[in-house]
Formats: sequence, structure tokens, C-alpha cells
Amino acid sequence: MSDRIYLGLPGLATDVTTLKEVFRYRVNMYTIKEEREIEPETFAHLVSSTLYEKRFGPYFIEPVMAGLEKTPSGAYKPFIAATDLIGCLNFAKDFVVAGTASTKLYGVAEGLWEPDLEPEDLFETCAQTLLNAVDRDAYSGWGAEVHLITKDKVIKRTLKGRMD
Amino acid sequence: MATASVYKGAGFDFSNEVRNTFLSERGIPLPKATSTGTTIVGCLFKDGIILGADTRATEGPIVADKNCEKIHFITDNIRCCGAGTAADTEFTTALISSNMELHALSTGRKPRVVTAMTMLKQMLFRLVPQPTHYHRPPSSIAPFPYRYQGHIGAALVLGGVDATGPQLFTIHPHGSTDKLPYVTMGSGSLAAMAVFEAKWQPNMEVRIPHAHPLPTYAHSPPPPPQRAEALDLVCAAISAGIFNDLGSGSNVDACVITASHTEMLRNLVKPNERVQKERSYQFRRGTTAIKKESIRSLIVDEDVTSITGEAMDIS
Repeated sequence: MSDRIYLGLPGLATDVTTLKEVFRYRVNMYTIKEEREIEPETFAHLVSSTLYEKRFGPYFIEPVMAGLEKTPSGAYKPFIAATDLIGCLNFAKDFVVAGTASTKLYGVAEGLWEPDLEPEDLFETCAQTLLNAVDRDAYSGWGAEVHLITKDKVIKRTLKGRMD
Repeated sequence: MATASVYKGAGFDFSNEVRNTFLSERGIPLPKATSTGTTIVGCLFKDGIILGADTRATEGPIVADKNCEKIHFITDNIRCCGAGTAADTEFTTALISSNMELHALSTGRKPRVVTAMTMLKQMLFRLVPQPTHYHRPPSSIAPFPYRYQGHIGAALVLGGVDATGPQLFTIHPHGSTDKLPYVTMGSGSLAAMAVFEAKWQPNMEVRIPHAHPLPTYAHSPPPPPQRAEALDLVCAAISAGIFNDLGSGSNVDACVITASHTEMLRNLVKPNERVQKERSYQFRRGTTAIKKESIRSLIVDEDVTSITGEAMDIS
């Protein structure tokens, strides 16, 4: 969505495309009007109200957001959030999961995650959580991708997973 | 020709409804919305009211959030606990909160709890007929031109202290309201109400173990409970929900509202804190096989090339 905000959109493919464009449009409008980049928390509220507008005819989508927010001192602080399909926000301090494998992801992440991991350790934890949960979900898989967002670079890694 | 209006009209958008009905007929189920199984309570005490809530949010049988906030801000002296569909309670209370602020500014008075209660019930039930024009500017006379009739699944406990004294209400999704000295709502309401029914008495005294039975007030009106014991009672009621209702869990949140100030007691009791893991489950770096890696640098590199030559004439 921006240099430091990433959005995951698991759900109905048509809605993934629609919403990707909707959010691109709204984030661009925000950037032009405000003359600054959108903060992750503001973006989370934008996602939430966009989805709640369709409360009685929702998009089949459960977004997951991750990014780095700027603190008043100018440093960056990690931020994660998820919403349900009608825009109920969940600002978690540990981890957020979504999609068809969410039940499995909850279990694995609960077991593996620990606070204050270094970027590379967090990558391993995240990658292993994803791969193992996805292997027990019939509807997910065929490769996996992890984005490691740090204050000065974003590393995108394609994982080696089952291709069945 | 005039350009097409970009104004969308306030309220919900039903444009996906037909498609979604079609999809569910074809066997694609709608993902579950987050709901708050919830135990929420409110109780009157001597100087004001106390609201209480648990902190579990569920998605079907899954705990979606272990420490969510269910006591929502309405105004400085009014708070609202929400049970039911999480998004509905969140957005309904936020909407009423803004309308209350606007109401307070236009009347120039401190907002009253009944006003919030009336706004909420009218929105959830809806008495005023629907306007003929669907696309109507939001500043229309009817503040809520839609009939939700229970479709917005917000079950609320509204409480606060205003010019008329402490006020406590419950509001059901269909728009009915109650005004009682102690109330409970949500899936844990039975457990919490059992505690209130057993222990809430208007003539409770301060929290000291007594050697002899308390004096009974047969003729004088009994004094309402004091803050400390009222807070303990709210805690006990929420705990009853946390431990006996599967839809409720984690921690106790409370909010004490008196005429002079409001105190939000977030995570007042944490009876279900996760203990330190006995061992770390960190993976050795390099465990996961990577097929491809690409790095995008966010640091803007700037090379300054100095062009040596004749100095600029600044005379």
C-alpha cells in the first residue's frame, strides 16, 4: 500500500482485485489531500470503514495489515492489525492470522511466537508457522511468500513449500 | 452535460447483496464475523455507576482476540459496553459518540445518558418512516433514515452520570430498553446476573469482615453500596462470566463513573495471564528453504558529485 504498509487480502478472488484497487485509490486520495503518507493505524481505520460500509452485503475478505508506524520521536514502531469481513478491527500485540488456514495458523503461531524476536528469527518463526499450517489446509498452499519489513529495507522471500 | 455526482449518500451499501446470495446458494459460505460472546455488566452504587466487561472476542469457536476493549467511549461522563457482533458495537457506539458531541455543542449543555439511550434505540429500532429519497444529504431531519429492526446485532449496557444523577440502561438489538439498578448482558449475562442477584443489596456496608451480623435497616431507606464493594461485586460478576461462560474470557475491564470524574480501569484483574514458556521455540536461522529473495531498500541514496572548477562569482 505504501513503502511501509503491507496488506494481505485472503478471500474471494474478485473481491481481492476490487479491494486492492479501492484501497489504492483511497490511499492515493489521502496522500494528495493530506500531503503526507498515511500512517498504518489510519490505514487500518480506512480498511475498517470501507468494509463496514458493506455491512449487509459484505466483501468476502479478511484483511491483514502490517507496517511500521512513525513515533513522535521519529523512530519506527511495528504495527499489525486484522479485521473480519465487516471491518471489526483487531490490533494485536503478538500476531494476527486470516484465511482458510486461520484455525491452524492460530494454533501454530500461539506455540511458536515469542516477543522481541530479531528480524531474521521472526522470519524463521513466521515462515515455519505459515508452511506448517498451510500443509494441513486443503485450500491453501502451492508456495508461500514472506515479506520482512524493517526500518530500512523490505525483504521478500519465496519459500520452498509443497506444490500439491 | 453535468458531471455525474460522486456523492454516495450516507449509510450502508447493499450492492454486493445479490452476488452474495447467489454465492451462498452455490455453496460458498460467508466467512464468520467476529462476535463478542461477552459478559458485560453495569451496577449502581452510592456516587455513580460502574461498568464491567470481559475481554474475549470470538470467531465461531475460535478466540480471535484475547484482550479486546468492550467499554466504549460515548462522552466524558458516559460509557457504553457492547456485546454481539463486534463491528456493530464498535461502529454504533462511535456514531452515537459523534452525534452526542454534536448534540452537546448545539445545545450547549452537558450531554445526558437518556439522550444517548434514545439515539441508540431509535437507530437500532427506527421509528421515523424511511425517506422517499434514498440519496439524501446526511443533514436530513431524520438522523437515522434506516430500519435496522435488529439486523444490527448490538446489545449494549449504557451508563453514566449526568445532571439527573447516575443512569444505567440496557439496549437490545431490536431497540427495547431497560432501566435498572444492576444489569448484565451477553452470553455470560446469566452467570453475572446470578452474582448480582445473590450479592447486590442496597444496604451493603463497607468491605470489612464483621464479627456480628449487620444491622438491618427496617425503616430508614438503605444506603447504596460504596465504590470498593461495588467494584468487587462487578469484578465477581465478570469473573463468573469469564470462568463459567465459554463465550467470555481473559481479563476484567471496569469503568467507574462519578459526578466529578470517570476512571477507566483497563485490565483491572488478569486472572488468565499466560505464563512464561518453559523453553524457547526459536528456529535456527536458515531452517526455512528459500527459493528466491528480493530486497527493496527504503534508504534513499544520495551521491553528491562535486564539480570542481571555477568558483562562482559572488562579488
